[in-house]
Amino acid sequence: MAKITLENLAHSYMPFPKSDADFALKEINHVWDDGGAYALLGPSGCGKTTLLNIISGLLVPSKGNILFNEQNVTQLQPQHRDIAQVFQFPVIYDTMTVAENLAFPLVNRKVAKSEIDQRVSEMLEILELGSKANSKARGLTADEKQKISLGRGLVRHDVNAILFDEPLTVIDPHMKWQLRTKLKELHRQFEHTMIYVTHDQTEALTFADKVVVMYEGEVVQIGTPEELFDEPAHTFVGYFIGSPGMNVLTADLQKNQAKLGSHVIELGKSYPDLDGTIELGIRPEFVSLGNDPLGVPVQVTAVEDIGRYKIVRTQLEGQALDAVIPEGQSVPAEPRAILDKSRINIYRDSHLVREGV
Amino acid sequence: MEKTFNNKAWFLVLPVFFLVAISAIIPLMTVVNYSVQDTFGNNQFFWAGTEWFREVLHSSRFYDALLKNLAFSAIILLIQIPLGISIALTMPKKGIWVPVCLVLMALPLLIPWNVVGTIWQVFGRADIGLLGYTLANLGIDYNYANNAVDAWITIIVMDVWHWTSLVVLLSYAGLVSIPEAYYQAARIDGASRWKVFRYIQLPKMNRVLLIAVLLRFMDSFMVYTEPFVLTGGGPGNSTTFLSIDLVKMAIGQFDLGPAAAMSIIYFLIVLLVSWAFYTVMTNYDADAPEKGVQD
Repeated sequence: MAKITLENLAHSYMPFPKSDADFALKEINHVWDDGGAYALLGPSGCGKTTLLNIISGLLVPSKGNILFNEQNVTQLQPQHRDIAQVFQFPVIYDTMTVAENLAFPLVNRKVAKSEIDQRVSEMLEILELGSKANSKARGLTADEKQKISLGRGLVRHDVNAILFDEPLTVIDPHMKWQLRTKLKELHRQFEHTMIYVTHDQTEALTFADKVVVMYEGEVVQIGTPEELFDEPAHTFVGYFIGSPGMNVLTADLQKNQAKLGSHVIELGKSYPDLDGTIELGIRPEFVSLGNDPLGVPVQVTAVEDIGRYKIVRTQLEGQALDAVIPEGQSVPAEPRAILDKSRINIYRDSHLVREGV
Repeated sequence: MEKTFNNKAWFLVLPVFFLVAISAIIPLMTVVNYSVQDTFGNNQFFWAGTEWFREVLHSSRFYDALLKNLAFSAIILLIQIPLGISIALTMPKKGIWVPVCLVLMALPLLIPWNVVGTIWQVFGRADIGLLGYTLANLGIDYNYANNAVDAWITIIVMDVWHWTSLVVLLSYAGLVSIPEAYYQAARIDGASRWKVFRYIQLPKMNRVLLIAVLLRFMDSFMVYTEPFVLTGGGPGNSTTFLSIDLVKMAIGQFDLGPAAAMSIIYFLIVLLVSWAFYTVMTNYDADAPEKGVQD
């Protein structure tokens, strides 16, 4: 088990990267705590798999260092890093039995026979695969195979971290939930540092203590699910997390007022003069619709009934503004939108402005 | 749910049935016809029953040739399969050398059997052939026309040169289809090179190797052209394989009955051994049938 330090880490797949855009992974500096559960979340091509492969040692970064506890492992091969990895598609050794699969990493590390037997039977019990111990691994279902891939990591007592690369991709929806619960349980039991790559926000938010949101090769925010929801550090985070995502509207800022087109909205804080593109972000959950004359008039374009609540899609002088209203509430004929001012975030060039007072 | 049966589909299979009938079943039936009858010319035939079969199965000449065939096929498989796999393992997986290697490997496959035979026949001659001349000058007594061992070595080398590529190409196709994650997982699990081969590459190549083994067995068991071109079955009877013997019997001696019976036995042996290979290779490593319902 280990604390993972990423030190000025960056990677480019080109031999001589010139500009920032040539980097698949832009420079990052972070310390990930021992025993933490981290999720790397982001759309396809954002660099999350690149980062994972650097941690596992399948890829040597172009710049920077990676440390497990105090040991620099940047140049070490995967087999010498003592990590375990679960891949997108289940990797099992077809010709071996379930038990042999689990024993494989131990046999390769020349662990004593009696200890192998003991650990394998423990693991079979933990993974609830005891009844299949002696059947060939190739006949199993996808979720059982993924359990075996995970088990090959867990049987080793020397693992620094367990890495997951979108491990639920090929799992049936009803099994996903079960497997995820199992993962949480194992994390509590073994307290391994776990890093989980996914593009599914539900998976990330339910699995991780801390979510690392990546966008275009950059880590845009690291935070707890609450932090990501309440204070997205980047408009992308606001848009990517939550369903529907955060409303982002271009605005003019004057101290504690924001001008949206011809309308003025009071803010909870006062901001200094800022240059660059200024945007106002608010989650649809904090936009209410009613007849209050203080609200800004909006045109409703669509209403989507999700069951427990309704999503109302509206236009505010040409800019999209979504609102979430309770199931029973009806949409007024000429609705006015009230924005909860304590929940408004201001963004300059897509990044959250924190200096308001 | 009720299953609907539509037997009209059988009509669509009819053209294929006719083609197969003309190309395979009818000629085969002619052979069957000859094998159970005797003739003294004039297109007059008499029922002979199983006499020809008994004659073939009791002749030492048949067993001599069969033994040679089995030995030849065994040697060919033992050389070509491991050699083919090892070459495939060393071939590059990406880059400009891939097409170069593939074309080089495919070249021998494009050359007709009799040309291969002729090439090596000339190549091995001590007077005008590069190989034979060189060996003679090195003081090695090599003469495929006189020495049975030399003749065998020549035919085997010829076949290895001609057909190993097929095994290489099939194995290579199997190897490149293995997802990268398997190798990565093996590295993380600390597997040695041998274990990667034994537990990842070999099982993933199982299917293509089955095809390679079947094709190489059938082809080598039916070897005809190469020994025929090289020595015509000699020296003595040392390279008289079943096929060569069969042609001698059917066309040389015009013993149609025994030749037909021998053809059928020959055919059944190829079929039987191929079936055995298929069964063994598809069931190897398979699970015992599972009890209960699979979810």
